[in-house]
Amino acid sequence: MKEIINLPVSKIEEEEYHINMGPQHPSTHGVLRLLVSLQGEIVKSLKPHCGYIHRGIEKMCEKDTYPQVIHLTDRMDYLSAHINNHAVCLLVEKALEIEVPERVKYIRTIMDELTRIQSHQLWWSSFGMDLGGLTCFFYGLRDREMILDIWEETTGSRFLQSYNCPGGVMRDIHPNFQKKVHAFIKTFKKKIKDYDRILSGNVIFENRSQGVGILSKEDAISYGVTGPSGRGSGWSCDIRKIEPYSMYGQVHFNEVLRYECDTYSRYMVRMQEMHESMNIIEQLIDNIPAGDHSAKMKAVIKLPAGEYFQRVESARGELDVYVVSDGNKTPYRMKFRTPSFTNLGVLDHISRGMKIADLVAIGASLDLVIPDIDR
Amino acid sequence: MDNDSLKARILEIVPEAQQEENKQYLTILVPAAKLHDLALKMKSTTDLAFDYLICLSGVDYGKQLAVVYHINSILQKHTVVIKVKTDDRINPSFDTVSDIWRTAEFHEREAYDMFGIRFNNHPDLRRIFLEEDWKGYPLRKDYVDEVNIVEF
Repeated sequence: MKEIINLPVSKIEEEEYHINMGPQHPSTHGVLRLLVSLQGEIVKSLKPHCGYIHRGIEKMCEKDTYPQVIHLTDRMDYLSAHINNHAVCLLVEKALEIEVPERVKYIRTIMDELTRIQSHQLWWSSFGMDLGGLTCFFYGLRDREMILDIWEETTGSRFLQSYNCPGGVMRDIHPNFQKKVHAFIKTFKKKIKDYDRILSGNVIFENRSQGVGILSKEDAISYGVTGPSGRGSGWSCDIRKIEPYSMYGQVHFNEVLRYECDTYSRYMVRMQEMHESMNIIEQLIDNIPAGDHSAKMKAVIKLPAGEYFQRVESARGELDVYVVSDGNKTPYRMKFRTPSFTNLGVLDHISRGMKIADLVAIGASLDLVIPDIDR
Repeated sequence: MDNDSLKARILEIVPEAQQEENKQYLTILVPAAKLHDLALKMKSTTDLAFDYLICLSGVDYGKQLAVVYHINSILQKHTVVIKVKTDDRINPSFDTVSDIWRTAEFHEREAYDMFGIRFNNHPDLRRIFLEEDWKGYPLRKDYVDEVNIVEF
């Protein structure tokens, strides 16, 4: 340390040095440690160190029955809890060749899209906060509260719902559900204009995000960067379009693509996706068919021996569940390919040569959720 | 490309490959020595064009350790599952594919961490979630941890 202090200023800038960003840095949104190698304030390279909240979910799954596994998937990407549940349920239903009632498909799709909106709202809030706009945080959380209230009424929980179960959903929707979703969409369509007014057209924000963290389409594919981050590089990777599940094959929506490949482009994809999600919900909410909220299931669920794979589009990208079953009531091996884990892999590549302050913006634009990385 | 012609094309590259039964995707078991060569050709050949490695998973089949690759082609819109297996439980190793699909770098580190499978020529093969001094590989079926795992 003493030698560095005694160096002339020009010499210090030439020296390469390392700093730790995290595990408790606010912009990592959790416990992620980035070992950043710097020259002056230019990022030379960085190494992510994960595992601070590794809980061994895949190991725990091997001891749990399939309905129990659903509760663990909530805890991976807690902002896409419904979608994680949905993935496991679809896999079990596919393996058992069960057709779920139409009503279930409608409810699940609406819940998925509400999940996507609230996840993007929280992402927008923290993105703004990371770049110094504290107002965003209050606006985003205020509007997200409406969705949490809707969930609380129907599922009994605000955050980790575990609402989907193999064959259907836990309980039927609350009588107020449709009315409240309509009220939310009406309110949020007005509020989202404020979002654009605060950040999207803001000169400071544009300067800090445009041309920062360039990720080409080829690299996005090679690194497996899916979801809004991949679509911000012009890669059409929406599983809802590629392998439609539930109601996605029957509703009309656009896959949002942007081609600037930078942080701003990834930002704009998510903003546009919130509109698309509201569009999907509007098509479904008034047409939920009457019927049962669950198919008839056996008390003990045993998957036939074999290997199964299910892809879904979570709020952060492609979530895959891979199960090896030996015919028992517990999975022999269960693997989750989580979007944040693969998206983290590209962070080193796209932040090289950027300023350390840009690293915060790039990290926020990838929308990493740390429990989703560590599992 | 449909599954039959896909299988024929892969058998052209690796004649020793065997098909495994799977309802969803074409699943092919290849000898470990041919893996890297096959992966390279699968990506670079125009009509195969497997450019997106969806998922790389380690699996412990009891006697054998395996790595399962789910690979997709964005242009041709087909998916194939490639499997490699080894009987060697003490020093299992396969060639890395992280030079072909960059996303494999992280996935292979995870497989190393959880199954102790080594990947030759991997640029940075370290444990990813557990500490460097962790003993054993937790997702193996013969892993014993009397403190943290409670048997019912």
